[in-house]
Amino acid sequence: MIPASFDYHQPKSLSEAVDLLQRHGEAAKVLSGGQSLLPLLKLRLGSAAHLVDIGRIPGLEYIKEEGDVLKIGGRTREAELERSDLVRKKYPILADTAAVIADPLVRNMATVGGNLAHGDPANDHPATMLALGAEVVATGPKGARTIPIAKFFTGLFQTALTHDEILTEIRIPAPPARSGGAYVKLERKVGDFATAAAAAQVTLGAGGEVSRAGIALTNAGPMPILAEAAGEFLRGKKPDAAAIGQAARLASQAASPSPDRRGSVEYKREMARVLTARALAKAVARTQGA
Amino acid sequence: MAKHSISVTVNGASQGAQVESRLLLVHFLRENLRLTGTHIGCDTTHCGACTVLLDGVPVKSCTVLAVQADGRDVQTVEGLEKDGKLDPIQEGFYQEHGLQCGYCTPGMMMTGCALLKSNPDPSESEIRQAISGNLCRCTGYVNIVKAVQHAAAAARAR
Amino acid sequence: MASTPRTSPEVGGMGHSVKRKEDPRFLRGKGNYVDDIQLPGMLHMDIVRSPYAHARIVKIDPSHALKIPGVLAVITGETLAQYKLHWMPTLMSDTQMVLPTEKVMYQAQEVAAVIATDRYAAADGVEAVEVEYDPLPVVVDPFKALEPGAPVLRTDKPNKKDNRIFHWEVGDRKGTESALAGSDVVVEQKIYLPRIHVASIETCGIVADFDRIRGKLTVYMTTQAPHAIRTVIALVAGHVGLSEEKIRVISPDIGGGFGGKVPVYPGYVIAVAASVVIGKPVKWVEDRMENLQADSFARDYHITARMGAKKDGTMTGLEIKTIADHGYADAAANPSKFPAGLFSICTGSYKMPKAFAEVDGVYTNKPPGGIAYRCSFRVTEAVHAIERMTDVLAQELKMDPADLRLKNFIPADEFPYKSALGWEYDSGNYAGALKKAMDLIGYAALRKEQAEKRKKGELMGIGISSFTEIVGAGPSKHFDILGIKMFDSCELRVHPTGKATARFGTKSQGQGHETTYAQIIAEELGIPAAHVEVEEGDTDTAPYGLGTYASRSTPTAGAAGAIAARKVRDKAKKIAAYLLEVAEDDLVWEPGKFSVKGAPQKSKTIQDIAFAAYTNHPQGMEAGLEAVDYYDPPNLTFPFGSYICVVDIDRGTGEVKIRRFVAVDDCGNIINPMIVDGQIHGGLTMGMAPALLEEISYDENGNVQGGSFMDYLLPTAMETPRWETDKTVTPSPHHPFGAKGVGESATVGAPPAIANAVVDALSHLGVKHIDIPITPEKVWKILKEKGVAE
Repeated sequence: MIPASFDYHQPKSLSEAVDLLQRHGEAAKVLSGGQSLLPLLKLRLGSAAHLVDIGRIPGLEYIKEEGDVLKIGGRTREAELERSDLVRKKYPILADTAAVIADPLVRNMATVGGNLAHGDPANDHPATMLALGAEVVATGPKGARTIPIAKFFTGLFQTALTHDEILTEIRIPAPPARSGGAYVKLERKVGDFATAAAAAQVTLGAGGEVSRAGIALTNAGPMPILAEAAGEFLRGKKPDAAAIGQAARLASQAASPSPDRRGSVEYKREMARVLTARALAKAVARTQGA
Repeated sequence: MAKHSISVTVNGASQGAQVESRLLLVHFLRENLRLTGTHIGCDTTHCGACTVLLDGVPVKSCTVLAVQADGRDVQTVEGLEKDGKLDPIQEGFYQEHGLQCGYCTPGMMMTGCALLKSNPDPSESEIRQAISGNLCRCTGYVNIVKAVQHAAAAARAR
Repeated sequence: MASTPRTSPEVGGMGHSVKRKEDPRFLRGKGNYVDDIQLPGMLHMDIVRSPYAHARIVKIDPSHALKIPGVLAVITGETLAQYKLHWMPTLMSDTQMVLPTEKVMYQAQEVAAVIATDRYAAADGVEAVEVEYDPLPVVVDPFKALEPGAPVLRTDKPNKKDNRIFHWEVGDRKGTESALAGSDVVVEQKIYLPRIHVASIETCGIVADFDRIRGKLTVYMTTQAPHAIRTVIALVAGHVGLSEEKIRVISPDIGGGFGGKVPVYPGYVIAVAASVVIGKPVKWVEDRMENLQADSFARDYHITARMGAKKDGTMTGLEIKTIADHGYADAAANPSKFPAGLFSICTGSYKMPKAFAEVDGVYTNKPPGGIAYRCSFRVTEAVHAIERMTDVLAQELKMDPADLRLKNFIPADEFPYKSALGWEYDSGNYAGALKKAMDLIGYAALRKEQAEKRKKGELMGIGISSFTEIVGAGPSKHFDILGIKMFDSCELRVHPTGKATARFGTKSQGQGHETTYAQIIAEELGIPAAHVEVEEGDTDTAPYGLGTYASRSTPTAGAAGAIAARKVRDKAKKIAAYLLEVAEDDLVWEPGKFSVKGAPQKSKTIQDIAFAAYTNHPQGMEAGLEAVDYYDPPNLTFPFGSYICVVDIDRGTGEVKIRRFVAVDDCGNIINPMIVDGQIHGGLTMGMAPALLEEISYDENGNVQGGSFMDYLLPTAMETPRWETDKTVTPSPHHPFGAKGVGESATVGAPPAIANAVVDALSHLGVKHIDIPITPEKVWKILKEKGVAE
């Protein structure tokens, strides 16, 4: 319940924060919402001699569309994402996702950037960002660079961020007309990590066939999984029940879940299939409104 | 062990202290300020007994550092009443038997209070969603929902 | 149904939903829970725990911990052994370790305690204590524990050659065997009720404060039974100079008990010892993970049941055999003659001509216990067994489960009813409750809907539980805990200005005694409940009682309150007669006053009389107006009810959604309907949780699974349905105001209603039984096996 001692820094600017991370190296961790980091520290799993709190740096919380890109500041609270009219109307998959992260109280502190940067395949945003084909902006000593989301997750609790970089922005391409997305999560109770969850973002062509399908899975392996074969399969096809069913089967084949109290490998894999089918059906239904 | 000087406005009063970096906000409130109305019920950020308002927003104070609250505004259960008069949320819990052992109650009321500020006429389902981060073992939630609805009606009538 | 209250709302006697008198302090954040207590010079204690389920302790090195600023001492078993406090008796007269000197016997067992000036230093100290272990073979399966050649766990007991704790049986073994052998139909089912943990939102804790100058120990403790604790401390630590008249146990506000705050945990004893040795107050409050992993569990019953019936559904006999996994010590808080609690209520609400039950307790490498989860002393286990078996039988006979129950219920006119296992049920109207529940839920329409849905491959189920509970322990002839009889008490004093103070030997942890007990006094004396100050929990002032658990308070202490009030009324009558200058026989009582028969304008209120008791009492009579009653109940009380649950099953995920749940309860005459409903709502939620979500389990190395709220799943407001409740009222003939206990009825009755509903949803596929918790995966496996998964 009580963390080990650490030093705490409250930089007022991004460059000050990056400086601190450079200086303290692996011994420093970024404190954003703290809803993943602090629970770990309280159980004394994982350690940090230095916490660099980016909570006072202005200009890191925003949700805005610029041209045909949705830009989300790295420190945007999940609750803001959940409430945003823009997100609910144009990026419902994101609203779906934000609404099932932990519980409403945790969402008041937890940040989108933190949810991604933690590198936990059990977190919900990674799969959604994979399905959307997002990219993240990492700010470090050499300035800002963009990292495509497909290259962002590199291992269990590992991302492409270097230890002196901060995830400052997430960029999502605005979906074209006839697009829809959904995130469906199976959890044992509200607040739990996913037993299985699927993100699906589809765009239909003029004739009603799928022109793009991004399908990704949460908590189905050591990293969040982009089900490429499933997405590929749907391209050019009408998204009827049979096609969706086959895509869902392909997605579940991409899963390599670990057994735990949430379920056995077999159950989790089958749930990846069931939920992918449901997410696809919902995403397709939403293309009608778009 | 670095110590930091913090100044937190708690229930409208400015409180200064020298605290360790690792001091949890809930311990700052309970131990340093002796505001023991906010409770601790778990060690994995699940139960919500520690819920307070940070700049008006309900958060789990066991998963916030006291240093993170420096310069900010915290409201606890002790700050709900005004000159001895109960807040509608407190009145609602009293009238509708929304508490039994009372341990989860401060956290529930802070969450309920915040909900009504942003949603003055919440449905049962919206209330249940809003309190889904607050665990109760005694009441089965039925009367807690009624308590919040009671408070909503009373606040609208005011 | 409920009759009109006899008193006015201003008086607030029985039947009024008086708002709770205890609420203001909780609403205003001014409750006084153990962790709120801060005393001058107070130290903090934290505990080093074993990562191994079974291991020899090779070495404990406290040196690094002692270097940490603020850490004052590290206490080990060796320290306590000097005072012979390293072992202590359990409430079932077994023994358990306070701190080990040789080996640990469950994962998370207490190994050493760190005393520090603040809780952060204490936590650092715990991390810095180094312990070397030598692992030993682990026994977690009670069946394996009974096999010849299994490692003997209790090597501390001389001559112990196995892992058996006790054998207990009741009923007619041979008669039941032949009744079953001669039955048209016999059904058999294995039922496992896994370990669960009650997890009140407040964990356990203590502030122990030994005053060296006065030689007095004051203990603030999360305890449901403060007097019993005081006596236990005096007996266990008498040899180090603690004497019962110099021990004060204060149970302040308690954040939920449910049985989990009855046992004496090692942490309490270490804190007391530390305070005595150091001479300063010592506080110990456990973390949630410690609470889940080391405190008393509940259930862990492996049941094999057989039930017989005639072709027409008339039950002929019930045979139940149980292996009870108690962990490494029998630390259940049962009445001493009942090592399996009141499990013999397992014949349930039915006329069961022949019955036999036996329970064998077994040691394993797990925490000791285990009846700490709102179970009325193993009644949850008993009722789950009988209500599941009744549905198993109904399925076998192809009879509707409601019809089967109605056919076998003990009829309302056959009470008091002597069960085959020796209980005399006081009163009941089982058919009345079930029929009411069936009406409220629209049973016939639901069965029609189910038939339609089955044709379309949709899965919905209806489950019934018609339970009989047994609470109010208990008559001194049969009930004691560690030898102390299970009476309870009230000391009532009426003051000159007509107000009253009433103290009781029980201890509320949220049940509302400050209100309901005041209402009892209000009912008997007509003094408004608002003017009756109720106190519990301080052994220096409260009369001796056995505490609050097993739904015993209203049946025992509540009764004592009524009797004490009647004694006061008897004296009041004498004073009234004196004041009105009439004979006592000429007086008529109505709540709040005596008046003269035929001349009602000549009256004296209870307030007048109270004043007179101190200012104008008759010569030869003692002044004052007070009474004490120690109530020895003549029997237990038998609340009952019928619950009906409707579920829909998601064929893709196996998730079970409770669509509706109707609970009809009967707890006899009701003191406060609002409070009773609150108890039912909470109890139903604590019945649903084990049915669908909660389980503590162990891998083969004794590593606990479900040892934090991450994996031990308490329902939130989202998982919990909106409970629908109603009542019938069948008073207890022997209770002073016809009441029965009710706090645990819903935890007892709900799990089988839910389990029965899920099995009912799948029964057309041939499913007969599913063990709880009924997780989505368990259901999905069945759906897959039967070829109906999405």
